[in-house]
Amino acid sequence: MIPSSLKYQAIFWLCLTSFLVWDTSVSPPVDLRNEPPLIAAGSGKPSSGGHCAISK
Amino acid sequence: MKRLPLSLLLLLFFLFLAWTVSIRQAVLFAVGIGMGAALAGARFGFTTGWRQLIEQRDPRGVMGQLVLLALASVFSLTLLGQYPELTAALGPPSISLLVGAFVFGLTMQIADGCGSGTLYKAGLGIPLNMGILPLFAIGSFLGSVQVGDWLKLGQIAPIGLVTEFGSSQAILITLFGLAIMALAARLWVGRGKTWWDRKWLIGALALSILAALNLIIAGQPWGVVYGFGLWAAKIANAAGLFDPAANAFWSQAGNAQRLNEMVLMDITSITNIGILGGALWISARASSDGKPLTSTQWMVGLVAGFLMGYSSRLAFGCNIGAMLSGISTGSVHGWIWVPLAFAGTLIGVRIRRHYQF
Repeated sequence: MIPSSLKYQAIFWLCLTSFLVWDTSVSPPVDLRNEPPLIAAGSGKPSSGGHCAISK
Repeated sequence: MKRLPLSLLLLLFFLFLAWTVSIRQAVLFAVGIGMGAALAGARFGFTTGWRQLIEQRDPRGVMGQLVLLALASVFSLTLLGQYPELTAALGPPSISLLVGAFVFGLTMQIADGCGSGTLYKAGLGIPLNMGILPLFAIGSFLGSVQVGDWLKLGQIAPIGLVTEFGSSQAILITLFGLAIMALAARLWVGRGKTWWDRKWLIGALALSILAALNLIIAGQPWGVVYGFGLWAAKIANAAGLFDPAANAFWSQAGNAQRLNEMVLMDITSITNIGILGGALWISARASSDGKPLTSTQWMVGLVAGFLMGYSSRLAFGCNIGAMLSGISTGSVHGWIWVPLAFAGTLIGVRIRRHYQF
């Protein structure tokens, strides 16, 4: 018999994986030629990522 | 799941990211795994540390957090002074911040997990935190939709210590502020207490290094909440439930772009997924079954999780985005966040006791 916590865990990971698969399938493909530098520090390119602290 | 197959799955996902998204995102995923393993392995709970200080006058958790803040500040403020392309976690001091931090501090005690706590406990397989995570995301999304209206109540421009005083002085000011916090904890707990715990100190060291790596690689500090809000926003957008072009937050160029891109390209999303994976890896050898909750406790916990997500957006971050990243990158909003969240926690621990969590 599978413990209930393992069942919940399986459902949780199934939902997360399904979301990621769905999102990857409906989003435009990644432009690999426009890949950001591996390390931002010293690259001269400021980060353009989202962050919790931003107000806009 | 056993650790070996789990390690192989994580490695496969790392290679998938490196091949199809970018090497940077793959490396950030690995950093996230480290964060999740450090948080779960050391049980580095910000919520628990505060509660132990209040209820048992046990300062070990809070001292571990102060060591983390001090180390991360020295690393991050030095880096910000050296590399102008790195950005700080600058949030605007505002009415929104005051309300959001207070409500977040209150609800995180009921939900028994802050932003990072919810993530790593969900990764460990604790049922309440797994249930809270989607509601946290919905709350975070709704908060982002309404944050523009909250800001109209009053705000000033974000203040960064590095910009105002330079890197060296920013470090001194930050360490002085942290020493004041340690002194306040000392006055509260009195004499004869154990101050340090090896587990908390190892967690603090590991997390400070990983937070610095996040800043070096991504160019921005560690965050949690933005990723959650983005996930819910993508679903709401796909379902036609809101119009991002008509919203102050989501119509901004950067946010609109991320709404259109796949989430695997988003920095906070990828470290969030890594944290879940790292905690899952730890859970392979640790029992994570908590005590069963009553239906009332479930209901109260889930509502608290939703409010936590909403308030974290108003507060411009949770314990990671506002407190750790805010303070360690010299943002004044992080220093405002802490006392307000702590005031909320003073009420939150009483509500938690009332519902017998």
